Amino acid sequence: MRKIVTSVLAGVGLALACGTSVHAQEKSLTIFWAEWDPANYLQELGNEYEKETGVKITVETTPWSDFQTKAFTEFNAHGDAYDLVVGDSQWLGAGSTGGHYVDLTDFFNKHKLNDVMAPATVKYYAEYPGNSGKYWAIPLEGDAVGWSYRKDWFEDPKEKEAFKAKYGYDLDVPKDFKALRDIAEFFYRPDQKKYGIAIYTDNSYDAMAMGFENALFSYGGELGDYATYKVDGHINSEKAVAALDAYRELYKFTPPGWAKSFFVEDNQAITENLAAMSMNYFAFFPSLINEASNPNAKNTGFFANPPGPNGDQFAALGGQGISIVSYSQKQDEAMKFLEWFIKDETQKKWAALGGYTCSAAVLKSPEFQSATPYNKAFYETMFKVKDFWAVPEYAELLQQLNQRIYPYVIGGPGTAKETLDALAADWNATFKKYGRVQ
Amino acid sequence: MATTMITTLDRSSRAAARGLSDISIRNLFIIPTILFLIVFNIFPLIYSLGYSFTDFRASTNAPANFVGLQNYRDLLNDPYVWSNFAITAKYVIISVAGQLFVGFGVAMLLNRDIPMKGLLTTLLLLPMMLSMAVVGLFWKLLYDPSFGIINYALGLGTFEWLADPKMALYAVALTDIWMWSPFVMLLSLAGLSAVPKHLYEAAAIDRAGPFYTFFRITLPLVAPILMIAVIFRTMEAFKTFDLAYILTSQPTAELISIRLYKMAFQEWQTGRSCAMAYIVLIMVLAITNIYVKYLNKVKER
Repeated sequence: MRKIVTSVLAGVGLALACGTSVHAQEKSLTIFWAEWDPANYLQELGNEYEKETGVKITVETTPWSDFQTKAFTEFNAHGDAYDLVVGDSQWLGAGSTGGHYVDLTDFFNKHKLNDVMAPATVKYYAEYPGNSGKYWAIPLEGDAVGWSYRKDWFEDPKEKEAFKAKYGYDLDVPKDFKALRDIAEFFYRPDQKKYGIAIYTDNSYDAMAMGFENALFSYGGELGDYATYKVDGHINSEKAVAALDAYRELYKFTPPGWAKSFFVEDNQAITENLAAMSMNYFAFFPSLINEASNPNAKNTGFFANPPGPNGDQFAALGGQGISIVSYSQKQDEAMKFLEWFIKDETQKKWAALGGYTCSAAVLKSPEFQSATPYNKAFYETMFKVKDFWAVPEYAELLQQLNQRIYPYVIGGPGTAKETLDALAADWNATFKKYGRVQ
Repeated sequence: MATTMITTLDRSSRAAARGLSDISIRNLFIIPTILFLIVFNIFPLIYSLGYSFTDFRASTNAPANFVGLQNYRDLLNDPYVWSNFAITAKYVIISVAGQLFVGFGVAMLLNRDIPMKGLLTTLLLLPMMLSMAVVGLFWKLLYDPSFGIINYALGLGTFEWLADPKMALYAVALTDIWMWSPFVMLLSLAGLSAVPKHLYEAAAIDRAGPFYTFFRITLPLVAPILMIAVIFRTMEAFKTFDLAYILTSQPTAELISIRLYKMAFQEWQTGRSCAMAYIVLIMVLAITNIYVKYLNKVKER
């Protein structure tokens, strides 16, 4: 008898414990993102949300190198460890067609986010397929590639005089890609351990693509036709060929050993007095204006990706949208968080914390543009951005780009035309494999 | 033999005295181990073999379609994959030969009466006790052309070890040699200390020269244990991933394991990557079998 009573009590206790646990879980949300400063800002914003609503927000992070693998491993397992994910823009195709993201079209239309958010952020962080009117994410962290430079090197009267004598125009923030190249060449002084420029060269994920795109788009080139998936005549066009040669030319003026460099190394190029100019996502610039992390903070300036020879000016898009994971048990709670996140006052708080808001109104505001030395360049860039393919097979396309473009940029054999013809053939075969072209 | 049996009986009776019969031992230890192996090793192996004949992509919710030998055919016709295999073969040869040469050479030096031999041996073993990731990051700094100590020590200026496509593979192999030569050294030392001293004494009486002694006495007697070192190191070198992945992104140093990782976990071509894993497995098994046959021949001599 005693055994029966004990069992019943244990059962009741267990049921209560489970009930309490479920109740506690409803009051919390887990957001998955990569490990970087904006994730810390989002956690701070989440703490504000908790104060207002009692719902605990946990921003779980992982290093960038693991981010895609870890996120998709969880998606593939249909796991509910994360309720929301701040996924890369390229993931939209895989996330939506794979059934991993919740369809946010109704939410998007109800809150008229098309009008609220900057157009590029809607196009690249939220909509898939392009121009379909189907939305899978809310633009969260706007980002694009820009440049930092050593103001003290640029403003040194002796350097200015020498530059003018050599190139026939004033040393200043580069007005176009030609000036970018000239300045990189001018400051390339290996005997003084000073180098001209730091660019993206790593070929393990999307660094090479993001770096090359800055030249490609500003030279008037395109990856392909996003509507028809036709790549021949686009990625191997004359403009694209010139852009690839320009990018390879820039590599010649990078510090030695610059063949596996991404955002960490490119910031180090400025902090370690290695390079005159450095390419990086705007989201990595906060550490460059912080004297604790950059001894040259006072002498660091910023500019937007310059135009190409025909005046086209674009930049590679970074940044991410936030999506609700379809395997989450707390989708309603997640939806409430998104409703709070898109409010004007929240977007202002997000920008004030250091996050790059995608709200067009906040971006345009003088407060935002004067908040940091690079916000104005960021604002200008965010209206001139283009992105990589967002199709589900984007990772294969990236790999093919790395296999073709990387060896050429770092001084490999062949010509830019041969390289891009081969890439066009690779991409065409991949699109055929997935039935996008005949 | 009698001693062994008595020891076995003693152990059994001691186990029985503690209440652990043979059946209990089987139920408590052997069956769970076998079950563990089946669940975590055998089952995934068979499951992935099934996937290797499909077009399955883990990143989608689409079902796996049977495609027969298509994945194997595509992979074996892919010039990039063959290039990865060629790079891996080159890496294995350089790395294992280097480790054998350095490891055995150091063991020969240590197999003498030298002061602080124990401490020296322990210090030399340190590299193989470090984590691969730590070694990779450590050597990345050493190789750095701007502030790396290797260029400074050798007076090489801004020589590019990892960024130069021609040098990258050698740089990775050099790091692997540094890390794993101590392993070969350890095995060689064991082999060298087992060579009967009277053989050397007899050779000395016969006035045999050092080369004759080395090639007729030392090497033949240590050869079986060296072969074991070669088998272990070949298998490991064939699977090298972390060191090369951390040190360089040069396509000329993209080993087959790196290509496999990218295919499986970056491109999510699950079916195809399973097929690739089986091709690698078959190759490693084939190479190991050749070595084992050779090892048996060496033992028989």
